[in-house]
Amino acid sequence: MGQALLAVVRRDLRIAFRRLPDLASPLMFFAIVITLFPLAISPEPTVLREIGPGVLWVAALLATLLALNTLFRSDFDDGSLEQLALSTHPLPLLVFGKILAHWLISGVPLVVLSPLLALSYDLSLNTLQVLALALLIGTPTLSLLGSVGAALTAGVRQAGGLLALLVLPLMLPVLVFGARATTLAATGQDPAGPLYLLAALAVLAVTLGPFATAAAVRVSLE
Amino acid sequence: MWTWFHKLGSPPHLYRLAGRLAPWLLWIAIVLIAIGTYGGLVLAPPDYQQGDGFRIIYVHAPSAWMSMSIYAVMATASAIGLIWRMKLAFAVAAASAPVGASFTFLALVTGAIWGQPMWGTWWVWDARLTSELILLFVYFGYMGLRAAFTEVQKADRTSAVLAIVGVVNLPIIHYSVVWWNTLHQASTVTKLDNPSISMNMLWPLLVMIIGFNLFYIAILATRVRSEVLGRERNARWVSEALSDLSPENGITA
Repeated sequence: MGQALLAVVRRDLRIAFRRLPDLASPLMFFAIVITLFPLAISPEPTVLREIGPGVLWVAALLATLLALNTLFRSDFDDGSLEQLALSTHPLPLLVFGKILAHWLISGVPLVVLSPLLALSYDLSLNTLQVLALALLIGTPTLSLLGSVGAALTAGVRQAGGLLALLVLPLMLPVLVFGARATTLAATGQDPAGPLYLLAALAVLAVTLGPFATAAAVRVSLE
Repeated sequence: MWTWFHKLGSPPHLYRLAGRLAPWLLWIAIVLIAIGTYGGLVLAPPDYQQGDGFRIIYVHAPSAWMSMSIYAVMATASAIGLIWRMKLAFAVAAASAPVGASFTFLALVTGAIWGQPMWGTWWVWDARLTSELILLFVYFGYMGLRAAFTEVQKADRTSAVLAIVGVVNLPIIHYSVVWWNTLHQASTVTKLDNPSISMNMLWPLLVMIIGFNLFYIAILATRVRSEVLGRERNARWVSEALSDLSPENGITA
């Protein structure tokens, strides 16, 4: 079973690295959205410090959403998703492998990139650490929740807007707790509470998410 | 013992049953809503703080209640449909969604109208208004997903998974919004759920809630009938049932 999981992860990673533009575009999107806000609101450091945590989290949410389009689409089109569903291994496990690979190529780069971009919002070093940690705990939940929506819309053409409508309300708690943890750190308070809540959400999403996604995949394949 | 339940799974039976019940339910609902409106607007005393402004709860609270319970009905019907492969349960879920979205919208609008004199502004990022808004988006997502498929069976099963995922998530969303709200606002004074409500203010509210529920069931019965007709349009019983209605048949028969 572990081997099947690893095989799926390895396969998806290999495919992803052969399509570098697909991999890079959500990250570029993340960077550009973050650049827009100082231009639209104000470059004043005091303003930036205040809006920074929220802007970074909203941008991370949107970048994850953009990356979701590639999660099941090509596998659905070329029939390999069907082969996964027919295999003797449990589908939730295989789907979990796909989500894990997706998180490694879309979530982890966000975590790595975010402190760098947050520097431009004049956030303190401690805040950058908390931001990266919160993203590290929060992005798996985003990937898992998003995978349900991606699986449901796998057979739908031009699903972008619909996917946003389905997934963004579900991602709201992650946004609330993540942005709160970062804001607490930015104002010099203890961010432990929201971080624990983020971790609780991650545990819940890891436990239930793969089963929901597997059910959605089966329905989409019918 | 379970025959009544299995009978509900038969489209012609449900079509006739819903057709027979709908007018009764609708009339009872209208009478109850009329009594509740009179009780709420005329008989109930004005609130000692909010004056007459509080009276909008007689529409707002039942709508908010319905917006949530209809989602629960939708999710339950979806689960029944997925587990027992009962097609008519999907029809109930599909027919409920627009009604639920309308009640959610009504709750939002009445909440805003109530907020204008109370808070001095049309929209406040109050915990309950915000989570009601999210609920509206969830309803729209459900309806949008249904609309994305041309095949009814596919729309049924896909949206059913979404409804069930939503029912797990909605409480989490609600409590995260409440948590967020308590941090950002010096507690907004909301007296809507004040438990010490006087009896002659309370009874019209209860009558309204029962009236709204019956109204929903009546609308649901009518909508399920048209859903069933659409889904079974090639079945023989449909052409028989409809030919009874057509005018030339009425004249010859």
